[in-house]
Amino acid sequence: MALVLNEEQQMLKESAQGFLSEHAPVSELRAQRDAGSDRGYSSTLWSQMVNMGWAAILVPEEYGGLAFGHVGMAQIVEQSGRTLTASPLLSTAILGVTAINFAGSEDQKTELLGAIAGGELTIALAVDEKIHHDPMQTAMPAVAKGDGYVLNGEKRFVVDGSTADKLIVATRTAGSPGDMKGISLFLVDRTASGVSVQRTEMLDGRNAAIITFTDVEVTADAMLGEQDRGFRALSATLDAGNAHLAAELLGIAQESFDRTLQYMKERKQFGALIGSFQALQHRTAHWWSEIEMCKSVVLKVLQSLDEEDLKGPALASIAKAKLCEVAELSTNEAIQLHGGIGMTDEYEIGFFIKRARPAQMLFGDYNYHANRFALISGY
Amino acid sequence: MSDLHVFRQESRDWLEENCPQSMRSPVIAGEGACWGGRNWTFASEDQKLWMERMGAKGWTAPDWPTEYGGGGLDKAQHKILKEEMARIRARSPLDSFGIWMIGPALLKFGSEALKQQHLPAIIRGEIRWCQGYSEPNAGSDLAGLQSKAVDMGDHFIANGQKVWTSYGDKADWMFCLLRTDPDAKKQMGISLVLFDMETPGVTPKPIKLISGSSPFCETFLDDVRVEKDQVVGEVNQGWTIAKYLLTHEREMIGGMGLTGAGSKTLGAIAAKTVGTTDGRLNDLFMRTDIARWEIDAAAFAFTAERVTDEAKAGQGIGATSAMLKYYGTELNKRRFETMLKIGGSDDLIWDGDISNNGWTARTLLRTKGNSIEGGTSEVQLNIIAKNILGLG
Repeated sequence: MALVLNEEQQMLKESAQGFLSEHAPVSELRAQRDAGSDRGYSSTLWSQMVNMGWAAILVPEEYGGLAFGHVGMAQIVEQSGRTLTASPLLSTAILGVTAINFAGSEDQKTELLGAIAGGELTIALAVDEKIHHDPMQTAMPAVAKGDGYVLNGEKRFVVDGSTADKLIVATRTAGSPGDMKGISLFLVDRTASGVSVQRTEMLDGRNAAIITFTDVEVTADAMLGEQDRGFRALSATLDAGNAHLAAELLGIAQESFDRTLQYMKERKQFGALIGSFQALQHRTAHWWSEIEMCKSVVLKVLQSLDEEDLKGPALASIAKAKLCEVAELSTNEAIQLHGGIGMTDEYEIGFFIKRARPAQMLFGDYNYHANRFALISGY
Repeated sequence: MSDLHVFRQESRDWLEENCPQSMRSPVIAGEGACWGGRNWTFASEDQKLWMERMGAKGWTAPDWPTEYGGGGLDKAQHKILKEEMARIRARSPLDSFGIWMIGPALLKFGSEALKQQHLPAIIRGEIRWCQGYSEPNAGSDLAGLQSKAVDMGDHFIANGQKVWTSYGDKADWMFCLLRTDPDAKKQMGISLVLFDMETPGVTPKPIKLISGSSPFCETFLDDVRVEKDQVVGEVNQGWTIAKYLLTHEREMIGGMGLTGAGSKTLGAIAAKTVGTTDGRLNDLFMRTDIARWEIDAAAFAFTAERVTDEAKAGQGIGATSAMLKYYGTELNKRRFETMLKIGGSDDLIWDGDISNNGWTARTLLRTKGNSIEGGTSEVQLNIIAKNILGLG
């Protein structure tokens, strides 16, 4: 498959660009933050996004979706990286849809995917138990009791965990932490008895939570997929999540770059535009080259997800790792080349680093994915 | 069956019949490559047969027009031919600066007579070319070149010195930049001319490199006669063609960042040299270096693919050869630094069987030139900053 966007994907990219820069620019994120929004995103904006069909992009047609694929969805995500738009798109329309579509029963798919597409349901994925991502180390027990299960434990860095209607929770039903087998996924209502949610506002001003489960009882039909065999669905979901986080980081990197390049053509020091200094030109040209690499890895992994080929996991780790590296470079260079004004809260360039770092760390940072890529490659 | 299916089947049959068995394995580290030319000594009868058969069919230059002896293939057919050659692991029948560099320039800028004279011999591997660009005082500042050609009426007389002439001592003809108008602004007075290396006054002298090999020469020009009909394009308009050629050269050198399919991954080599525990290399810092390199190498390979696909689709920004050259050569340097660490002290041995005659160390040393030749990394960054980013 040619490594380019097709016409429909290009159109979606342009429409996302138009909509987000008008309705959800960086100034909106600042407004949410300054107002102390307890949701971390605008419900009105999310309704508009749902009305445009964005929540339905990954949902198969038979469940009321558009089945437009990951490449298409990522065009929106990439633009939302440029505008730093906060929304439940990642946790609900990407992670939620992927997990349910991969592992869900016919009943679950019919009920839940349609509701997501229609904007009636939001989801959050609860995986991490420690401060570093490592899904195979899942330890939180779900113990069979009667017809159902009892969940006990704590999940951290649950994005949208304080607002989502339902949580998808990774638990251990057999084996020990580190075993691939023995992990099971459950759908749990956020407001269920025994679920306690502590919102943790991150440096990006968005929404995450530490969630404690105390003797939470669920019925057997709350299980997503087969008992003990949840890791494949979880991995596929995380691969999709990381591919889209890479797309978001690409948007962040490009926007940081574009704004900085513009600034270099306006800012004068020593009687000359700073963009005329070779020391800065070389840094900028190197930076631009790195972003070109990123465009390619991101498109590659998205196409591979759409084609469901076997290289998905390796490509997801390559893409996330590379984008972690280049987003770090981009947001750091953006501040350095802006100089003092880049350190001020008043100027928008500093907002990009504050979103980039959580997006980098979510579901594994550079180190996690370089290690995972090496293991997949056999060393 | 579509035309392309027919073409595929015919190509497959032809290759099956004409590619000798010994030519169906990759060229490793340049060993067994065929450069052709008047002075070429074939490594085997098979190598000779393979070059001649492919040359006669025009498939040494598959996409050049048939009227000059080329294959006349369109892009889709060319792709199929590459795939069919890869299928039987057929090696390149001919490596040639004629095919990679001066040929495309002649096709674009040369007179009909020059095309008729030179292209068929390039395709058949009969004439080997070298490039006369750099001079002792014109390296990165190539347009500052001073070797000159004086107009003698029906011919030019050339004098000066060229340097970094790749395989100048083995080549048959040179394409050479000479100053034909000493009074014009520096880019405006340069012409691209062609001459036989056996012309009196042409003296190539090999330069020994830090790698121990001598792939380059300095070439002295003393009262060398250059025929007027051997000027490519217009007199004094050679710089445009030179830049076009440099773009080709950059793409070629940048491509070295791409590791060939089937070559062993660094991780697999390291697993042998340092061992593994629970599936991880025992040297964890080495493991990190390798993973970092392989991630970047994958990103680079996908970028080469994307740039090609965008060009086909009429998208993209063009002018990406500077970026590919910069990134690819820096990547190749890192690759050999990592490989030397993987190879350990055995790979420091300069000669002998243990180190395959110091292959890794010598190649590492050679790669240091990748980010110098064809425009240094710093020149590529200048080009990106000025031409793509608009920083002045």
